[in-house]
Amino acid sequence: MELAFYLSGLAAVLATLGVIANPNPVHGVLYLVVSLLAVALVFFTLGAPFAGALEIIVYAGAIMVLFVFVVMMLNLGQAAAEQERLWLQPRTWIGPSLLAAVLLLTLISLLWRDDIQRVIEGGELTAKGAGTLLYGPWLLLVELGALLLLAALVTASHVGRTVPVAAPKPAARDMPTGDADQPQPPQQPARGESSSPAGKEVL
Amino acid sequence: MNGVPMEHGLVLAATLFALGLCGLMFRRNMIFVLMSLEIMLNAAGLAFIVAGTGWQQPQGQVMFLLVITLAAAEASVGLALLIQLYHRFKTLNIDVASRMRG
Repeated sequence: MELAFYLSGLAAVLATLGVIANPNPVHGVLYLVVSLLAVALVFFTLGAPFAGALEIIVYAGAIMVLFVFVVMMLNLGQAAAEQERLWLQPRTWIGPSLLAAVLLLTLISLLWRDDIQRVIEGGELTAKGAGTLLYGPWLLLVELGALLLLAALVTASHVGRTVPVAAPKPAARDMPTGDADQPQPPQQPARGESSSPAGKEVL
Repeated sequence: MNGVPMEHGLVLAATLFALGLCGLMFRRNMIFVLMSLEIMLNAAGLAFIVAGTGWQQPQGQVMFLLVITLAAAEASVGLALLIQLYHRFKTLNIDVASRMRG
């Protein structure tokens, strides 16, 4: 059981590294699915099979399929991967990585300093305990979850609608160039024969 | 050796959280930003489960249920925003949406 815990933890960390360092969105989503399955295996080895099953069904099954659908719908091709590869220069990721490493080392040293002295033996925690707690004294949490999901449903269906809106023009320095230092060449305004009927841009 | 020390589970959760934070800071594609947020929420849920199994109490699993609900709501709203960003700007670079109007 311990070996399974350490192996699946290692797989989770490696797959998460694959997510954050991958230029291709589809590969990133698939690495994230592997990471979530490894975390579900960690739950099983710790003795929480209900949480592991929920992780597989809801996270890896529903949320990640939503991500895959969106990536398929946007039809990002090789050009997007090339753009990502241009953005992933070492001078981009070294600073954030150092900051996150400092935070992680602080957290780990704090965890090691005070002894928790507790060993997870792997006793089963079934869904029964969670259910009686959830529908007994913690009923407010069910209401909160329902309210949250309803708000998310309304927000997603309001934000996700596609009505024709005139897009605000982004500033030249915000346009995707791949290299932030190099200024974008200004667009040549087509003077004279700008008689196209779609004068204002309708998306 | 019998059983996993609780520190190891918490260190795993902290490592996953730090990796997600790192990705959140240096990626510019909105899909990867949303995926990093999912990683961080998942690491928080892992910490809840580790604590719940360490003390043999079911409260950890109940909080994990709430974390999963939050992640589902966040993913749906975030993906709707992503689709709007792509419709308006034809790119997924979140830097193009850094200006406010009005």
